[in-house]
Amino acid sequence: MRRILPLVVLVACAAGYTTVEPWQREVLARPDMASSPHPGVSAMADHAYESREAAGGAAKAGGGGCGCE
Amino acid sequence: MVSFTVAGAALLAVLAASSASASDQPAPDCALQTLGVGEGQTLTHYRGKVVYLDFWASWCGPCRMSFPFMNGLARDYAARGLVVLAVNLDAHRKDAEAFLVRHPAAFGVALGDNQACARSFRVGAMPTSFVIDRTGAVRAVHAGFRPGGSAAVRSEIERLLAEGSGA
Repeated sequence: MRRILPLVVLVACAAGYTTVEPWQREVLARPDMASSPHPGVSAMADHAYESREAAGGAAKAGGGGCGCE
Repeated sequence: MVSFTVAGAALLAVLAASSASASDQPAPDCALQTLGVGEGQTLTHYRGKVVYLDFWASWCGPCRMSFPFMNGLARDYAARGLVVLAVNLDAHRKDAEAFLVRHPAAFGVALGDNQACARSFRVGAMPTSFVIDRTGAVRAVHAGFRPGGSAAVRSEIERLLAEGSGA
């Protein structure tokens, strides 16, 4: 059992690899499948997060927590 | 130095040859269920004509833009021997039928399961169109559809229509 376990895991992982043909991308091409389907909402959330946490990284400078920068 | 130049020239020659052979190959044959024409029509049936073969799906935006262009091709060149064939690749036939109501097609549309056909043509983008000459050889492949490129495609088709039209 211990010997075949890595093999079982490998086969299980390999099953995750599959080719999607261009004509099979109907669902993937939908707007709500985008990584950021609502850019306005994402921008607002980012703004709130960055001003509160001062965690703006490269995008913004840390503010005083007022959300006004 | 000289040997580098020779090697470079040889490499370029090989590259040029391989890119030329990528589109002058005989087109694979497909059995198509073309609306209005009948079931089981094969591509070889159109030998002697220039074929603009387009692979499309209802959910694909550029495909939508290509329909007026293909209507124009059929209107202007059908009399001179052009056949426009749009091969559908929708998973659900009713999606394609609803699309055709909104975007009427004045050319051949093949519905049904055309995945094997797309695979044999190695369709790598949606839409992809193949321009097939009168001898059945693929002369041009267009991945995607850009309205700005339509004039070039039209002149290419005119050139192929002129080939062997007198024979």
